[in-house]
Amino acid sequence: MSERLQNVIEKMHSEFEIEVETFRGENTLFVKAADLLNVMQALRDQHEFTQCMDVTAVDYYPAETGRFHVVYQLYSMPHNDRIQVRVRLDGNAPTIESVQGIYPGANWREREVYDLFGIIFNNHPDLRRIVMPQDWVGHPLRKDYPLGYEEVQFTFNFDEIMKNKPHPRD
Amino acid sequence: MGLEQKAGSLGIVTTTLENVINWSRTNSMWPVLFGLACCAIEMMAAQSSHNDFSRFGMELNRASPRQSDLMFVAGRVSRKMAPVVRRLYDQMPAPKWVIAMGDCASCGGLFNNYAVLQGVDEIIPVDVYVSGCPPRPEALIHAVLTLHEKVKKNKLKEWA
Amino acid sequence: MSDIREVSVDELRHLVSDRALSGETMLLNMGPQHPSTHGVLRLLLELDGEIVVNVVPDIGFLHTGVEKNMESKTYQKAEVMVDRLDYMNTVGNNLVYCLAFEKLAELDVPPRAQAIRVILAEIQRISSHLLWLGTSAMDIGAMSTFLYGMREREMAMDIFELVSGQRMMTTFIRPGGIWRDVPVEFEAAVRGFLKEMPRRIQEYEDLLLTNEIWLDRTKGIGVITQEECLQYSLSGPVLRATGLAHDLRKKQPYMGYDQYDFRIPTRTEGDVFARYRVRVEEMTESLKIIEQALNKLPVGPVKSNNRKYVPPPRAELGVNMEAMIHHFKIWTEGFKPPVGHVYTAAESPRGELGVYMESDGSGKPYRVHYVTPTFANLQAMPIMSRNQYIADLIGVIGSIDIVLGDADR
Repeated sequence: MSERLQNVIEKMHSEFEIEVETFRGENTLFVKAADLLNVMQALRDQHEFTQCMDVTAVDYYPAETGRFHVVYQLYSMPHNDRIQVRVRLDGNAPTIESVQGIYPGANWREREVYDLFGIIFNNHPDLRRIVMPQDWVGHPLRKDYPLGYEEVQFTFNFDEIMKNKPHPRD
Repeated sequence: MGLEQKAGSLGIVTTTLENVINWSRTNSMWPVLFGLACCAIEMMAAQSSHNDFSRFGMELNRASPRQSDLMFVAGRVSRKMAPVVRRLYDQMPAPKWVIAMGDCASCGGLFNNYAVLQGVDEIIPVDVYVSGCPPRPEALIHAVLTLHEKVKKNKLKEWA
Repeated sequence: MSDIREVSVDELRHLVSDRALSGETMLLNMGPQHPSTHGVLRLLLELDGEIVVNVVPDIGFLHTGVEKNMESKTYQKAEVMVDRLDYMNTVGNNLVYCLAFEKLAELDVPPRAQAIRVILAEIQRISSHLLWLGTSAMDIGAMSTFLYGMREREMAMDIFELVSGQRMMTTFIRPGGIWRDVPVEFEAAVRGFLKEMPRRIQEYEDLLLTNEIWLDRTKGIGVITQEECLQYSLSGPVLRATGLAHDLRKKQPYMGYDQYDFRIPTRTEGDVFARYRVRVEEMTESLKIIEQALNKLPVGPVKSNNRKYVPPPRAELGVNMEAMIHHFKIWTEGFKPPVGHVYTAAESPRGELGVYMESDGSGKPYRVHYVTPTFANLQAMPIMSRNQYIADLIGVIGSIDIVLGDADR
């Protein structure tokens, strides 16, 4: 870990309540959902993490608290450093603040997380589905959403599957 | 017999109406410009100078489905795109043919999940299926020739 | 299938300005099937005559559910699905996946495999730029460039076929190295490619660089400033055309890129012409890298020795018991990396391609997320196309170099 990153992490520790994890040379800050905007603002303004490369989420299904982890990957262009920020959210009605005001590039990424996981972002200007059709019900990337696969047709179940498959009229 | 032998050199052939119509349909089938995913790149490669599609009459891709008679469904059809494909197919005037190019269009291919249609024949009737991921341009040309053979066997009774 | 819910107009009213609601400007749908949208992209245009007031892109027509599908397959099966994401950069997708896995599992890669990976990745970069040049020039009007570009791509695809048997979706790069060693003809084929390409690139320059029509249609169109690029997290040639020399191959080198000597082309104008020049110059730089890698190609093994992740060669299976057990475990349960998560990024022809991979210790990935450059670049399209004509919009779409498989995943 470079010296600068060390200083950054110590400063963040002193200002906010965070936990730090290091794995394979990468640093992760676990932040509370209420502190998120302040942390992001501090990272962008004081520590020059200029770009938010990614906003994504991970679903730890059977766990009820801390079921979703929202993951932000930040990159600092002047110093060539990366850092990851993670927020734990609960399973029912997960909501979090949108960082779109700080990093405009996170706009579509948050829409994708809403679409695929169902996490609602407060103060997002345009929160609607982006990769699934507008009238889809359900959030596909959650672990309790089925994969939706069709069974492989062999000779023994050929007719059953052909009956259930839709066919065009003409 | 005698008339044909004498008149052959005048550039006259005698044949059936069926043959003439089928022959003219195969020799200038224009595909609609519709590439979805990776197979579209191989379709473009089949149309460029290395393997040439124009020698089979497919000189141009028409952008408008109303001016074309062949649709290559090249690539995976997702659930959001399915109504669009059906609408394009409906806009094509008869006679029309469909070639399902690649594994994803034939049977869902590699992707057996909630987002991909398991074969485009769930929404439109398909004439020729080409396998491959993506199929080589030679395989695509073979599919076109197979379609030509199928068209040449069309009977007048069926659509007149 | 699932139920359908009603979508009302009110949910979408905020996308258009008030002038459209009163009828002063026109809303036009440039639908998923369109000759110039390079794939299935739907654009909702708000037009004032022929000037574009606002563009709302609508993606998702190629959503394949790859990320969810990968969670139910083992690591080596999931890698096959990964080629098909950004289908112009298939080698690059495999490469980032393997880099992420190797970081997670702390797997070493022998130097010969690294050099061959570099050669293939740079050939893929050239072939992607060739297709970009062909299709975007064809959209702007220079139709013959398309045929020239496809002709050169055939040479590149012949090399891929020589090495792996497949023209496009090779899956040649596997965790721990590459699938197998390259055949004897590889060097001759690549040298032939290197000899032909500079002359062909010169041909493209002769066709386009001093062509008045090309200059009129590309200079000053689709301008974006550096601050906007950084705010929207753009990367790749779009960012380099605004003056910032940011290339992950130099800044965070991976796979031995720091041994090769090449420069990063940049421009300052930030318009379509600047991006065109950046990409053409990048092709020349890639040729330099391939030549250096080929000259220095080390001898040695092409796969790592770590039998926990790399299947042993078949010759050993008859004589060695551990090799047999490793082979069995790898092909039935899959290889099991330690618990944890990594984020690795590499430079694709479109920008920064990253993989977030999280493992829970089993043979199947727990979460794989691809951070694709096209998703970020498309977000900035409305900025680039404000107050331009529709015809210029086509040029802008071409210059961002979008591949919808990348954006929709």
